Amino acid sequence: MSVLDSKVPSGPLAEKWTKHKNEIDLVNPANKRNIDIIVVGTGLAGGSAAATLAELGYNVKTFCYQDSPRRAHSIAAQGGVNAAKNYQGDGDSVYRLFYDTIKGGDYRSREANVYRLAEVSSNIIDQCVAQGVPFAREYGGLLDNRSFGGVLVSRTFYAKGQTGQQLLLGAYAAMNRQIQRGKIKSYTRHEMLDLVLVDGKARGIIARDLVTGEIERHSGHAVVIATGGYGNLFFLSTYCMGANVMASWKAHKKGAFFANPCFTQIHPTCIPVSGDHQSKLTLMSESLRNDGRIWVPKRLEDAQAIREGKLKPTQLKEEDRDYYLERRYPAFGNLVPRDVASRAAKERCDAGHGVNKTGEAVYLDFEAAIMRYGKEKAYTSGIKDPDKATIRQLGEEIIEAKYGNLFQMYEKIVDQNPYKTPMMIYPAVHYTMGGLWVDYNLQTTIPGCYSAGEANFSDHGANRLGASALMQGLADGYFVLPYTIGDYLSDDIRTGPIPTDSAEFDEAEKNVRDRIEKLMSGKGEHSVDYYHKKLGKIMWNKCGMSRNAKDLESAITEIAELRKDFWENVNIPGSSDSKNQELEKAGRVADFLELGELFAKDALQREESCGGHFREEYQTPEGEALRDDENFKYAAAWEYKGEPKDAVLHKEELKYENIEVKTRSYK
Amino acid sequence: MSGLTKSSIARKVVMALSGFFLVFFLAQHFTINFTSVIAPDTFNEWSHFMGYNPLVQYILQPILIAGVIIHFVMGFVLELQNNRARGVKYVKFKGSANASWVSRNMIISGLVVLAFLALHFYDFWVHEMAYKYIEFKPQDPTRYHAETVEKFAPMWRTVIYVVSFVLLALHLWHGFASAFQSMGVNNKYTPSIKAFTKVFAVVIPLGFVFIALYHHFNPLTH
Amino acid sequence: MVDYDLNGVEEDMSFLEMLDVLNEELVAKGEEPVEFDHDCREGICGTCSLMINGQPHGPDSRITVCQLHMRSFNDGDSIVIEPFRAKAFPVIKDLIVDRTAFDRIQQAGGYISVNTSGRPVDANAIPIEKDMADKSFNAATCIGCGACVAACKNASAMLFTSAKVSQFALLPQGQVEAAERVQNMVRQMDLEGFGNCTNTGACEVECPKGISLENIARMNREYLSASVKG
Repeated sequence: MSVLDSKVPSGPLAEKWTKHKNEIDLVNPANKRNIDIIVVGTGLAGGSAAATLAELGYNVKTFCYQDSPRRAHSIAAQGGVNAAKNYQGDGDSVYRLFYDTIKGGDYRSREANVYRLAEVSSNIIDQCVAQGVPFAREYGGLLDNRSFGGVLVSRTFYAKGQTGQQLLLGAYAAMNRQIQRGKIKSYTRHEMLDLVLVDGKARGIIARDLVTGEIERHSGHAVVIATGGYGNLFFLSTYCMGANVMASWKAHKKGAFFANPCFTQIHPTCIPVSGDHQSKLTLMSESLRNDGRIWVPKRLEDAQAIREGKLKPTQLKEEDRDYYLERRYPAFGNLVPRDVASRAAKERCDAGHGVNKTGEAVYLDFEAAIMRYGKEKAYTSGIKDPDKATIRQLGEEIIEAKYGNLFQMYEKIVDQNPYKTPMMIYPAVHYTMGGLWVDYNLQTTIPGCYSAGEANFSDHGANRLGASALMQGLADGYFVLPYTIGDYLSDDIRTGPIPTDSAEFDEAEKNVRDRIEKLMSGKGEHSVDYYHKKLGKIMWNKCGMSRNAKDLESAITEIAELRKDFWENVNIPGSSDSKNQELEKAGRVADFLELGELFAKDALQREESCGGHFREEYQTPEGEALRDDENFKYAAAWEYKGEPKDAVLHKEELKYENIEVKTRSYK
Repeated sequence: MSGLTKSSIARKVVMALSGFFLVFFLAQHFTINFTSVIAPDTFNEWSHFMGYNPLVQYILQPILIAGVIIHFVMGFVLELQNNRARGVKYVKFKGSANASWVSRNMIISGLVVLAFLALHFYDFWVHEMAYKYIEFKPQDPTRYHAETVEKFAPMWRTVIYVVSFVLLALHLWHGFASAFQSMGVNNKYTPSIKAFTKVFAVVIPLGFVFIALYHHFNPLTH
Repeated sequence: MVDYDLNGVEEDMSFLEMLDVLNEELVAKGEEPVEFDHDCREGICGTCSLMINGQPHGPDSRITVCQLHMRSFNDGDSIVIEPFRAKAFPVIKDLIVDRTAFDRIQQAGGYISVNTSGRPVDANAIPIEKDMADKSFNAATCIGCGACVAACKNASAMLFTSAKVSQFALLPQGQVEAAERVQNMVRQMDLEGFGNCTNTGACEVECPKGISLENIARMNREYLSASVKG
C-alpha cells in the first residue's frame, strides 16, 4: 500500500465534488476570524485563492517577489481560458472537456481532479464576467470563443492575445478589494526562503524582504504554495526571469513529495533563439495555429539556401513545401497538441530542414489565412471581382484584428514583417505539469501545506492542453482550495495565533541565515548566470524534447558536479542586508541545481514515452510516443532524503474508471 | 461637492472654465476692436456702451477680472504642485519626443500674456478708471477711437503688443482644445474641436496684431 | 551618474540583455551590478521601467524596455539611463523605483464588488455591446508600468487612473459603483503626490499599450458627474 492517499471521494465521478463539498467540515464565520492563512505567490491561483479566502473571513497574508501582485507571470498567458459552456452549441460538455484533458495529458492525470476541473470551469467565466473581465465578444454582445490545440470544439474564451493579463487583473482586483477591507495583508518584494513546521504541520514561513534584506518570520494556520512552475530550470524558457521553484522546493525538503518533475511542456510556437546573449524566449500564442500553417522546405537544398539567405520562403512554390503536421496528422493538422507539434518540429529540424541560421526554426505561415479571410471580407462587403491586392489588404486587416499584438511583438523582436513573410518558430520550455504532489483537497504530504495552480502536479498529466493553465489556476484558487482547506482548518479553531518565537522558527531562521552566508562566501569564480546557463544547457540537451537513458545518467552526474562547483565558487557581490539581485538569483539557481538532478532521475525511471516526456528508446516505428500503461500508469511522487539522488519514489497508481485508456492518436 | 474644490480634476475644471470664459471674452473684445479699423463710429458707440452700461461695468467687469485672477493664480498653483511632483529632475528629458513645446510651456506663454495684461490694464483700464472716477470727466461718446489709435503711435508699444499676441496664440493653440478635454469632452467631435481651436488661436491674435499694426501705420492726421 | 563602456553589443540583443552583459562584466570585476527592475521580458508584466535618453522605455513607440532592441541605436552611441522619476515613485536602488502608489490607487476602488465565492449569473446573461467591450478591453490593457507618469512633465498619474476607471465605467457590471469608484481613486491618486494633468498628451504617446487620452476625458466626466450628484 502506498503512503500516498489521494483522498478521492467515493461515488460516481460526476457527483464526487458535490458530495465532497457537502461532507467536508466547515469553519463557522466567527471562527474564521481567528485563523491566519499564508499564501505564497499571487498569480492566478494564489491571487484568486487569497481573495476568496479573505472574503470567506480568514486573515490572509500574501507574499510575492514582484513589486505588485499584478505582475505575476500568469499575466503573460496569451491565448485563452477553456470552459465547458457549450455556447457555440458544438457538442461541448463537462464530460468532453474532462475527456479531452485526460487524453491530452496522455492518461497520466487523476480522473477525479480533472473532472472537478471541467465541472467548475464554467463558473470561472461567470465569475470573471461579473468581475468585469473584458472577454472578446461577438457583435450580438455575447461572448466569443475560439478553438485550441488538441480538441475538436470551440470552448476557449479570450481577450485578444492578453487573456492571462485580463484574468490576473481580475484576481488582483478581487485581492485589492480585500486588501482595502483589511482582510489581506500583501507583502510584495518578499521571497519565501523556508517553510516552518510545528508538530509536523505547516505553521509559517521565513521570508526575506528583498528591499531591506531583512529576514522575517510569519506564522499561520496553513500555508498555500502557488508559486507556479519551474521551467526556468532550463535557463531559456518563456517564463519570466524571476520565476523559481524556491517555495515548492523548500516545502519538498520539509516533507512534501514532488511529483512527476520530468513532465515539462515544450511549446511549439516560440520565437527561435537568436544568440548566446539571449535571456529569455518569447511565446507566440498557440491560437496562431488556428490560422497559421506550419511548414519547412521539402528539399534539403532549399532549406540550405534559405539558411544561407540565398532564397526567400515566399519564393518557394507550394509543392516544394512540406506542411508536415497536416501530412502526418490529417485529422488535427496544425492543431495537434503541443507535445506532438513540438516533437514534429524538432524531427524536421534534426533532419536538416530547419530554416533560420542555426537550423532550429520552422515556418508558421499566414498567407493562406490572409487570402481566405480577405476573399470572405471582400464578398461580404459587396466587392465583386476583388483584385489580389485588395484581398490581401482586407485579409491582413482581419489577421491584425485577431492577432495584432502578437504580430507586433514578433516584428519588434525579429525585425521581420510577419504579414509579408512567414514567422519563424521553434519549441521552447513553457510550462511544467509536474510539481508538488497534492491530494484531492490540494493538500501536499505536509499537513496544512497546500499547493495550487502550476505549482502542484494535479490536473494535466504528462501534457497540458492549450488554455487549460488559466482554467486550472482559477479553478483551484476561486472554487476548490477555499473550501477544501476548511476541512483541515476546522481542527484549528481553538489553536489561537501561532507564535513565531518557538524553537521551530528559531531553527528555520538560523538555517536560512546560514544558507545565505554560505552563498555569500563563495570564492567568487563565476557569476550566478554562468551556472544557470550551464545548467540550462545540460537540461535542454539531455532532458529536453527527447531523452535517453545514457544522456539522463550523464545529466545526473553533471548536475551534481555543477552544484558542487556552484557552492564553492559562486560569485555574489554586495551584501545580504540590502537589495541584492545577484543573491536573489543565487538562491533560486541553488534550488534548480537540486531539482535538475531529481528531474533527470525521474525521467530516467519513467521508461516509456508519454506526453511531454519522450524517451527515444520507447517509440513506434513511425516515431510516435510509445506509452507503457502496464508499468507506468502512475504519478511518480518523490520523497526528499538529503541529496536528490537519494530521493525515494512513491507511486500513486492512476485508476481510470470512467474513461477508456487508449493510445493517443491525432491522425 | 467637496471633492470638486480640492481634487486635481477640480483644479483642471477651474482652469478650463475660466479659460473658456476668457476665450469668449477675447472673441467679444476682438469684435469690438475690429470696428476701430473698419467703422470708427461704431467703435466709439460700442466702447461707450461698454464703458457706461451698469451691467457691463458692475457685473461683467468684476467677473472678468475674477476670471483672469482665478486663471492665473490657479495656473501658478498647478505649476508649483506639478513642479513638486518630480522632486529630483531627469538628467536628460526629451519632452519634445512626446508633447508639443506649446503644451509643455503654458506657464511661459501665460506669463508673457500676464505681463502684457499689466501694460494693457495700465494703458486702457487705469486710464478709463481715472477718467471716470477720479477726474470725473464728462461722458464723451466720441473720444475712444482717437485715444486708441494714439496708443499705437510709439513703436515700442506696438512691438510689445505684437509679441504678446503671438504668445497668446501659442497659449490658445494648446489651451482652448485642452479645456474641452478637461471638461471631459473627447469624442468623435474632438478632431473638429481641435481644428476649430487652431483656427481660433491663429485668427484672433492675428487680428489683434493686424489692428495694432494698422493703427501704428495709419496715425490720425488731424 | 556613472559612465560605463561596453563592447560586444549585438543588434539583435534586447536592451535588457545589453544590461545583462554589462552586469556580467561588473560581477566578473567584483563590482556590484546595476540593479534594474524586469521580469517577463515580453512586454506585458510592466515591471521594467527605465528612462532611456530622456524617454520612458526608450526611443521606440508602443513597447516596453524589454522589447527595445539594440538595433534602435548606433554603434558608439552613449546612452543615458535613469530611473522613472516622480515624488510618488521613490527610488529603491539604482534604477529601481517603488510604484506601490499605483497599487494603492487600485485598492481604493479599482474593482467591482462581487464576491468571488458567490454564484454569479451566467456570463451570457449580460450581453455587452461589442464596441463597449472592446473599449473596456483597450483601457484594461494598461500594464501599470508608470511610463505615463515618467513621461509627464508634471508626473501626473491621470492616464493610469483613468484607464482603470474607464475599464469598469464602460461595462454595465461596473456602473453600479462607478461614482464612488472614481471619487475614491482620484482622491488616492492626489494623496500619493502625483502632479496635475495639463493635457500635454505625452503619456498617450509614451504608453507602451497605447492607452488613449479619451480615458482621461471619461474620468473627468465621471468625476464631475459624481461630484455634482454626490
